[in-house]
Amino acid sequence: MTPVLVTKKISKYFYEPEKFQVLKEIDLTVNRGEFLALVGKSGCGKSTLMYVLSTMDTDYEGELQIAEQTLTGKSQNELSAFRNAHIGFVFQFHYLLPEFTVLQNVMMPALKLGKFSRQEVESKAMQRLKTLGVDEHAHKPSSKLSGGQQQRVAIARALINDPDIIMGDEPTGNLDSYNTQLVFDIFNQLTHEYKQTIIAVTHDEDFASKTDRIVQMSDGRIVG
Amino acid sequence: MAASGLKLSFEIARVHLLSKPKQTIIAMLGVTFGIAMFIALVGLMTGLNDFTEEITMTSSPDIHIYKDVTEPRKTILEELWPNVLVSVHSQKPKNEMTKVRNASRIVEIIRKNSLVRGVAPALSSQVFYNYGPVQLNGTILGVDILQEDKLFDLKSKMKNGRIEELLANREGIIMGSGIAKKLDVKKNDRVVITTPEGYTMTLKVVGIFQMGIGVVDNVRSYANISTVQTILQQDASYITDINIKLKDRHIAKNVAQELQSELNTKAEDWETANATFLTGVIIRNIITYAVSVTLLIVAGFGIYNILNMTIYNKMKDIAILKAMGFAGGDVKSIFIIQSLIIGLVGAVAGLIIGYGLSVAISKAPFNGGDIVSLDHFPVNFDPKFYVIGVVFGIATTAIAGYMPSRKASKIDPIEILRGQ
Repeated sequence: MTPVLVTKKISKYFYEPEKFQVLKEIDLTVNRGEFLALVGKSGCGKSTLMYVLSTMDTDYEGELQIAEQTLTGKSQNELSAFRNAHIGFVFQFHYLLPEFTVLQNVMMPALKLGKFSRQEVESKAMQRLKTLGVDEHAHKPSSKLSGGQQQRVAIARALINDPDIIMGDEPTGNLDSYNTQLVFDIFNQLTHEYKQTIIAVTHDEDFASKTDRIVQMSDGRIVG
Repeated sequence: MAASGLKLSFEIARVHLLSKPKQTIIAMLGVTFGIAMFIALVGLMTGLNDFTEEITMTSSPDIHIYKDVTEPRKTILEELWPNVLVSVHSQKPKNEMTKVRNASRIVEIIRKNSLVRGVAPALSSQVFYNYGPVQLNGTILGVDILQEDKLFDLKSKMKNGRIEELLANREGIIMGSGIAKKLDVKKNDRVVITTPEGYTMTLKVVGIFQMGIGVVDNVRSYANISTVQTILQQDASYITDINIKLKDRHIAKNVAQELQSELNTKAEDWETANATFLTGVIIRNIITYAVSVTLLIVAGFGIYNILNMTIYNKMKDIAILKAMGFAGGDVKSIFIIQSLIIGLVGAVAGLIIGYGLSVAISKAPFNGGDIVSLDHFPVNFDPKFYVIGVVFGIATTAIAGYMPSRKASKIDPIEILRGQ
């Protein structure tokens, strides 16, 4: 088992309205191919931890490694490029760019990466959309899709650059039970068939219980 | 990598602009209006300036040499006791002639100067034109008509008759169109002129000229030098003015000063002689640029507002772009590109409309009255102003777009992604 994400004693403070330690010396190792659910009561720091892991939040103490690279102390531009190549995101609200078509949305991170030609990116994006069963909507504006369809497009977008980790902040939080099951099945398939690592913050105990590993947080610490 | 990033930013900017066409067009119209007004205004103003300058210069020399009787001179007391402090109050000019001394020698010296395009001696006199019962005040200018033509292109100003007819006719006169009209004289009519000293002579009108400036056409006539010398009862060396045209009129000031000290006579350059006219040019330029800059600044505020609004509406998009790996600079470039596209398209449209307006103005009928002969507005189509317009328009939009774009680049994605 190779670790894909390692944290060493990550602590974080909020200063508003008064100084408050939201993360307390978190040590976490996530292995490749793991489907991990980050759970806990609201305010326990699970989302805060995920945004630290996402590299978007750099205001913490301790050390973060993803894919054998130490990310602590890197510049914002280096972190942007790292996110582009190594991390895919799925959020509670689908956050597709409304003016662009489904296909354009999926292609965007790959065009930003600039590693492949436009044709290659396009065929890859179509392939991802097909895997997720939304390829017939490829040329529609993304805002014309239903919530469940949009979330599947968002997953396709997260996958486009073959990331080391997919991070989800309540990825099923805004979906009905049918679509929740659909998204869970997709995640499950990705981890077991393609060895995709997934870290998902969730409230949904039912969803969490079916994942490979549950990390329970309470008051800024990992408790189980 | 950087090129593909910029291409992507451009694509996103394009989609943003096209998804809100109304907003985009309104932002562009601000720039278009500013530039179009700038082009039309500057074209008209500089057109008028050039026209008045040209018309002034066609009738006046670059340098004018004459005897200035009001020039301060040394008193006799000072000449007698140069080292004693004397003070003479209320000194009157001497009763001396307005003759330029050694005129023919001066003309020869100046003619040899390589900066000079042409030089013509002349003498002028106040006269009364009598035609029947009508008596009008004016001037008569004794000239070597061929030299004068070299300087002022008289041939093209002739409405009637030819300048050579003056050479053949010792008692001929070429009359300004204004005075001819007032006296109701035609070619080959005779007019009687009287000098202030009382000398009377009958002259034959051999031609009529029109300079296009009322102050000239309404008072001036040309005659041979010898004719005017006769009228004034002066000898053949009597010359009151020497007119010079230079190859480059813009160095007239320096040349005039050199000539004045070299020849020891008064030499006045055209800028000094036409100081009021040049002040008018400066004021017109200030007004033009002030109005245009104001319009463009207003357009700039419009773009600033619209971009600010766009960025506010696109906070979520910006957050997700940053999450998927767009750096702050990429986000900034997306919005700067938007403002530059607005600026560029708006400015080009402004140039086209400005050109159209200029053409329309140049075709509009305008009666210059007696002062200048003008039937429509003179408009300057100098491409320089079109370049200034585009550069200025794009600079304004770039500055107006920079501030909101920088704000967009600093948006913290976590605040927006978590805030829901």
